[in-house]
Amino acid sequence: MNSLGELERSVMDLLWASTESLSAYDLQAALASPASSGRELAATTILTVLSRLEKKNFVVRERDVRPHRYRAASVRAEHMADLMHEVLGGASDRTAVLERFVGQVTSEEAETLRRILAGR
Amino acid sequence: MVAAAITLGFVAVLLAWPLPALLTGATWAYRRPTLGLLVWQLVALVGGFSMIGSLVLLGAATFATDLPDAATGMWRFVTHNELPEGSSVWSLLALSGALFLTAHLLLNLLVTVVYAERERARHSQLITLLSEPMTDRPGTRLINTPAPVAYCLPGALTSITVLSAGLLQLLDEEELQAVIEHERAHVRLRHDIVLIFFTAWKVSLPWLPTARNASREVALLLEMHADDNALVHVGRGSLARAITIVSEGGALPQRSELSSAMPESTPKELRARLLRLA
Repeated sequence: MNSLGELERSVMDLLWASTESLSAYDLQAALASPASSGRELAATTILTVLSRLEKKNFVVRERDVRPHRYRAASVRAEHMADLMHEVLGGASDRTAVLERFVGQVTSEEAETLRRILAGR
Repeated sequence: MVAAAITLGFVAVLLAWPLPALLTGATWAYRRPTLGLLVWQLVALVGGFSMIGSLVLLGAATFATDLPDAATGMWRFVTHNELPEGSSVWSLLALSGALFLTAHLLLNLLVTVVYAERERARHSQLITLLSEPMTDRPGTRLINTPAPVAYCLPGALTSITVLSAGLLQLLDEEELQAVIEHERAHVRLRHDIVLIFFTAWKVSLPWLPTARNASREVALLLEMHADDNALVHVGRGSLARAITIVSEGGALPQRSELSSAMPESTPKELRARLLRLA
């Protein structure tokens, strides 16, 4: 995946971990710390990433202060739940988008499958 | 012309119902999924063309005796707005039916492709933020969730295989390899393109049970096709175990939530996949 995507992920990880909203400069400092990616990035780069994330509704911008501050639109777990819902509880139309290895079955059905496996 | 129209119409009816009904669940297709997929694609393609073709022939039969004649007549109608000699309201009805059906099928294909592409982009965005690349396996990303999940997101330029932490915990090295090779086969063989045509067919003709069954059956044959490709790299036992373990989903709290959702693979389909590995 592209490095811009990875940068978006690092920024989101910081915003998800933070209890308060952060400015692009807070994020710049946090990303440069060795605990994170340790990368020195231009503030404009971070602002670009933030505006991309804002457009996709992952972050909310607080415009009443200067510099603008950003926070995650929803918690990480919620996005994860969305993702898993898409993957696991798919309407069959969705098979056109992602191809799963196998779907889930109930425990009785799993028992039948195990018997077939044992009978090999 | 009328005889040809009737013959073609007969072919269309045959391909719309009895033949697909015969094809569904055919054991020879499960033994050779490549052949099965080829036959399904032919049925859909020829079925569509014969439906449209029979309407065109029927419409042209009143004013033409052969195809070039019919083409000239229709062309003059389009360019000079001049009805061919002998044409009736029925010929117009049949011809506009053919036109409508063609437009309907093409538009639905377009809508399905656009919709799928949008879904894919959105999902890919979520995956970028929620998963990390696996350094030892290129093109593969890891999501940190206990449910054993494996899927691929085929794209025009980049395709991603997604594995979950739960999957890595439940499977041994060769079983994991089986899953990865299976997904890699989906991507390499562009199964998504085959699937999208059948999805579009289903969306276009929702009243036709065949269109619905066909997309399920084709999806199953694609899984078997991917299974066969995985078998080049791993043993049958490993693949069969991986299918069983992943379908069970482990003893996870999410299980009840999962089974309430519409299952993507029914137990019958999973049994068919397992049995051919036996």
